[in-house]
Amino acid sequence: MIGFPESLRFEISEPIDQCVNWLLINLEGLFDAISRTILSIFNAVEWVLNILPWWVVIIALFYAGWKLYNLKTGIVLSVMLFCIGLFGLWDLMIYTLVIVIISVMVSLVLGLPVGILMAKSNLAKQIILPILDAMQTMPSFVYLIPAVMFFGFGKVPAVFATTTYAIPPLIRLTYLGIANVNREVIEAGKSFGSTSAQMLFKIEFPQALSAIMTGINQTTMMAMAMVVISSMIGAEGIGEQVLISIRRLEVGQGFQAGLAIVFLAIVLDRVLQGAAVRLKETE
Amino acid sequence: MPKNKIEVKNVTLVFGKNRERALKMLDEGKSIQEIREKTGTAVGVNNVSLEIEEGEMFVIVGLSGSGKSSLIRCMNMLNVPTRGELLIDGENICEYDKKQLRALRRHKVSMVFQHFGLLSHRTVLKNVEYGLEVQGMADDERRQKALAAIEMVGLKGWESYFPRQLSGGMKQRVGLARALTNEPELLLMDEPFSALDPLIRRDMQTELLSIEDYMDKTIVFITHDMNEAFRLGDRVALLKDGELVQVGKPGEFFENPANDYVRSFIEDVDKSRILRVKTVMRQPVVQAVDKDYVTDVVRRLKENERDFCYVTNDKKELLGYVELETLMDVNQGDVSSFIVKEFESITRNSFLAETYSKLDESNYDVAVVDNKNCLRGVINHEDVVSALSG
Repeated sequence: MIGFPESLRFEISEPIDQCVNWLLINLEGLFDAISRTILSIFNAVEWVLNILPWWVVIIALFYAGWKLYNLKTGIVLSVMLFCIGLFGLWDLMIYTLVIVIISVMVSLVLGLPVGILMAKSNLAKQIILPILDAMQTMPSFVYLIPAVMFFGFGKVPAVFATTTYAIPPLIRLTYLGIANVNREVIEAGKSFGSTSAQMLFKIEFPQALSAIMTGINQTTMMAMAMVVISSMIGAEGIGEQVLISIRRLEVGQGFQAGLAIVFLAIVLDRVLQGAAVRLKETE
Repeated sequence: MPKNKIEVKNVTLVFGKNRERALKMLDEGKSIQEIREKTGTAVGVNNVSLEIEEGEMFVIVGLSGSGKSSLIRCMNMLNVPTRGELLIDGENICEYDKKQLRALRRHKVSMVFQHFGLLSHRTVLKNVEYGLEVQGMADDERRQKALAAIEMVGLKGWESYFPRQLSGGMKQRVGLARALTNEPELLLMDEPFSALDPLIRRDMQTELLSIEDYMDKTIVFITHDMNEAFRLGDRVALLKDGELVQVGKPGEFFENPANDYVRSFIEDVDKSRILRVKTVMRQPVVQAVDKDYVTDVVRRLKENERDFCYVTNDKKELLGYVELETLMDVNQGDVSSFIVKEFESITRNSFLAETYSKLDESNYDVAVVDNKNCLRGVINHEDVVSALSG
């Protein structure tokens, strides 16, 4: 086999580096502002979760599981959360949870408008769809690099990387939800003389709500996956525990932390799905 | 003479790209199949002109793909005609800007859909309120109007249910109530009963007729079912491949079908169960109001060689009839004291089959009334026989 000719070279890595450097120098203030905003939200959410005694959280979860599903689910979910406490990972779990919650919040703020824009504009759809495909195929580690470059180490880059990784399903499902609203329902809305804003808020958005809830659920699950990887750039939390175990080759510790992540993921998934189903029923 | 509510003038509607080319090919007389193959463009409506009178129930009938749904959507600009004009009350709505169009849709025209088009996230009440809600009407006021409309379509007690909890027939009642709440002058109904099973469909047709009789709105009704078209329509238009084949009263389709296509369309129709009294009835030659002077009525009866006529009050409510023989001996005063109040009448929405018992063969005119007992016309045995044999 003949190798690819050495003389035929055009790499995009250098322009990207230059671009990032330019951004770093010229938009330093912006990154600082983002950083500070995320940090203050972070502290607020963490403060709220920390003043809740652990048993209140578990009882609340039991109640949610019981109301959304049945008694058995309530018990299973609260036992899972209790186990995380037993493993000695409660505080780390709170930390992980805060990063997930903030990432999902940021995803909502950015993702909903983008999804709506895609449903409304064919051009936006044609531009954004391939970007979403690329984002979902890109190895998740890649997001860590710009995160570190823009925001250094710690929780802020973790939120940045997690949001970037987790946002595509929310955008996609918001777009699909709104684009797939029944044609006659849209026509009915128009035929009564709705304005565009009335169409969006009174018809399209409520009709798409269950798709959007599915999107939120998927985004949360992806955020859970990414928050573990984010431990490589200094995010504390259960993921960090896994990382430490890998370095020290502690099988037991690693498995225990992994199990805790699974439990947390199941709890989040069940609660969100239950809420989505309930929403669908009442609406 | 009733005035025209809607005038469709040479409306052509083309979907997809290459519209200009498709229009050109239409002008050259190419068939719509050929245009579809060559340009990938679908011609929905091809040069249709219609006039729909105020207060009439106008039915557009045709097979699927005949362009009937595309045409009705032009009447509230859900489809914008590629060419031609569409006048409502003399105004060309194709030239409306966004604001005028919204006003038209909010106040003048509303629509009922084949698959109901209900908002699944809202209760029956909230669905029915929708049209008023987008107008910004106050909560109390719109609730009252919505409740009245819900009661009118017979759904009282179901206000807080969600659409998915209702049967098909009930869903369409919600659709109808929603369309009636903003008190439109013009009601567009796109195959409203096609998704319902036959028994429910019959009920809904009867109900629609009684609502129509009561409210006297202009209704444009789309169906693919010839029986439904003739049962409901004051006038019927038959479309084929986007073109108008024939338009007229149901009876006229039987008397002189425009071509073989129409003939095959009406072949299996039992006319006596489809033709309604109001499409066969005539205006009375002589008609009196209770305050008319006897001498005047006598003169008119003699001039027209009649020996009796029906008498109404000034609201057109039917009171009875007066006979020439009785009036001949009197020379002064009005006719009110000579009215004979025992008489037969027929409601204008009944079918010819239901009239047999009331019409004897002596050929005197029987009064035709509406729900409010207003005189709408007269009919006799001969009218029925000629309508059925035509």
